Amino acid sequence: MTFAGWLEILLFLGAITALTPLAGAYLTRVFRGEVTLLGRVERGFYALLGTDPARGQDWKGYARSVLISSAVFGVVLYALIRLQGVLPGNPQDLGAPGWDLSFNTTASFITNTNWQYYAGETTMSYLTQMAGLAVQNFVSAGVGLAVLVAFVRGLASRSGKELGNFYVDLTRAILYVLLPLSVVVGLVLVSQGVIQTLQGPGTATTLTGAKQAFAYGPVAGQEAIKMLGTNGGGFFNVNSAMPYENPTWLSNFVEMLAILVIPAGLTSMYGRMVGNKRQGWMVFGAMMTLFVVAVAGIYVAESHPTPAMQAAGLTGPNMEGKEQRFGIASTSLFAAVTTAASCGAVNAAMESFTGLGGAIPMAQMMTGEVIWGGVGSGLYSMLLFVILAVFISGLMVGRTPEFLGKKIEAREVKLTILGTIAVPMLVLFATALAIATRYGDASIYNHGPQGFSETVYAYTSQGNNNGSAFAGYTGVTFADVLGGLAMLAGRFLPLLAVLAVAGSLAGKRVSPAGLGTLRTDTPTFGFVLVAVVLIVALLTFVPALLLGPVVQGLSDQLY
Amino acid sequence: MRDLRTALVAVLVLTVTLGLAYPLAMTGAAQVAFPGRAGGSMVESGGKVVGSRLIGQDFAKHPGYFQSRPSVTGYAPAATAFNNQGPNQQELARRLRESVRRYLRRERPFTPGLTAARIPSDAVTTSASGVDPDISEADARIQADRVAAERDLPLPRVLALVDDHASRPFLGLAGPRSVNVLELNLALDREVPR
Repeated sequence: MTFAGWLEILLFLGAITALTPLAGAYLTRVFRGEVTLLGRVERGFYALLGTDPARGQDWKGYARSVLISSAVFGVVLYALIRLQGVLPGNPQDLGAPGWDLSFNTTASFITNTNWQYYAGETTMSYLTQMAGLAVQNFVSAGVGLAVLVAFVRGLASRSGKELGNFYVDLTRAILYVLLPLSVVVGLVLVSQGVIQTLQGPGTATTLTGAKQAFAYGPVAGQEAIKMLGTNGGGFFNVNSAMPYENPTWLSNFVEMLAILVIPAGLTSMYGRMVGNKRQGWMVFGAMMTLFVVAVAGIYVAESHPTPAMQAAGLTGPNMEGKEQRFGIASTSLFAAVTTAASCGAVNAAMESFTGLGGAIPMAQMMTGEVIWGGVGSGLYSMLLFVILAVFISGLMVGRTPEFLGKKIEAREVKLTILGTIAVPMLVLFATALAIATRYGDASIYNHGPQGFSETVYAYTSQGNNNGSAFAGYTGVTFADVLGGLAMLAGRFLPLLAVLAVAGSLAGKRVSPAGLGTLRTDTPTFGFVLVAVVLIVALLTFVPALLLGPVVQGLSDQLY
Repeated sequence: MRDLRTALVAVLVLTVTLGLAYPLAMTGAAQVAFPGRAGGSMVESGGKVVGSRLIGQDFAKHPGYFQSRPSVTGYAPAATAFNNQGPNQQELARRLRESVRRYLRRERPFTPGLTAARIPSDAVTTSASGVDPDISEADARIQADRVAAERDLPLPRVLALVDDHASRPFLGLAGPRSVNVLELNLALDREVPR
């Protein structure tokens, strides 16, 4: 640990806090339809789609549009991957991946997970990366934003059952938020050395006369949306550790900001849209509290040598699987950012982290990706926890629970429980299935508890749509299929629950706040929210964490 | 049916705009604004491309050069991979011991009194990308002893080169003090042709 390291972390936290209200104000204007700079493009697109932008959808209509569009995008992506061998834009002359890997990858990219059982530069053609994977980076992030906005409208609406128009929200998310930011971030990244070229593979003769083969590609544009959309799928196998994806300290800092700016800004947008900015800051505060603990924990843990390093007589920090230009501080911060937001990009080998340094990223994902979380999905999942905290607090003080003036009744509580518990159950079930069978064993690479950690990490990451990995865990047919199903269920179960809650709350009568009303915009309530997240989400996983990473963090035993 | 038609049109339009127009426009803009960087930051020496400033190379058989960090992929930028060994793996301990032994065998004749505990940990651990272009300044200063002896250069001149090439972090903030190995070695060759 160094003074400069802590200073960098503080600087980052300060930057995110400062950007939050700015991003929030802009996002609010976008989704209220007040940004009309490209109105003609927008209207042309709606005309092509044959959708009337003024026509709202109730929750069922909105959900149907989400599901049908995701299915269609999935089919097209799968076809693109399977046909890449005969399609143009393939200067590396790559063949088609198998059906199992293609299924896993398709599920991965339409769910905003970007789990990768493949090595990008040796598996996917330029066309697949650009027209398949990168398009889904935009669209899956846009879907997350749209569903969040629909949910917030449901919370705020005082009359009518309409949540907005899905295609309008998706279009605005892409046209006014994701695309312009990607252009800016992409060009900043190129200025640092991220490549952006359609040139095919090349070779160089090194200083000592050896041949070095190079892979190139249209990386920067994809890198930008990979961060901004909290997607995380790398162009290269080693993701943002590859200098061609992340060449400098500054590019690394920009990439981390790009991951968090939208998820953090959304808390502010939420406050504005429900007419009480303090509501947004309460959620921001709860997320920030959990996040600061995680960052500090990882930084302290990684500043120590691992047992394997100690066995070799080394005393320095854990640089195994890390890049020198980032060092411990930027690597730890990146790991915390990417697993808190459900991004999943990595700038180091997560598997080589110390036991405790690896336990914290896992724990962050296990909260259900609500510490910032994915764009849209993080906040809508967190708002389910807010409803749960309101319900629990209501029970404790013996009053009918109310949230934003609306009564929380049996139907909302049932749906909320479904939305918060479904994924943890799914993760535990998938992990158990993989651990208990020889099909699951086939994927494990490391020995001892680390092999178990790999499995827990894999299904936690996929179930919660994160996408980072203890990457020794390898894809075989069983893992491809189980993981693919976990990603699909982990995305769409909470998403449907969220829309159903929105539908149920939309148009409910708002009762005026009185003296006895439980206020949800105070630090006290923020504390309750943090406690509920920790109790509900994390306690489910304590046994799994103990058996894997924690046991390794506490002993020097080698396996 | 109507929903299906809408979705199909959306896929088509978004694939053409986001999947083709966007990356092509980005490529055009990048090639105009930063041609060298967008193309991989390739480095030329004596009129031919000798690699990329951002991609590490293997110097292991040449003690007159500064050495890159260990790589599990043989410094392959076209097939990158992590080492993926957990913190408690026997196999990792064995590889690190081997790496430490090799480092000491190489450097101790020129840096007497060097022990495992004093080796900067970046010098013997594998990088994440397998093509880390940098080493720590501390590692470079140890290696300077060997390089000076191998090239018959006075040590202060080699240390001055290291100093010239060490990154100067803004406010001490921009990451650890590092040295780009390829650039340092090219400077060395300009100083004293090998």
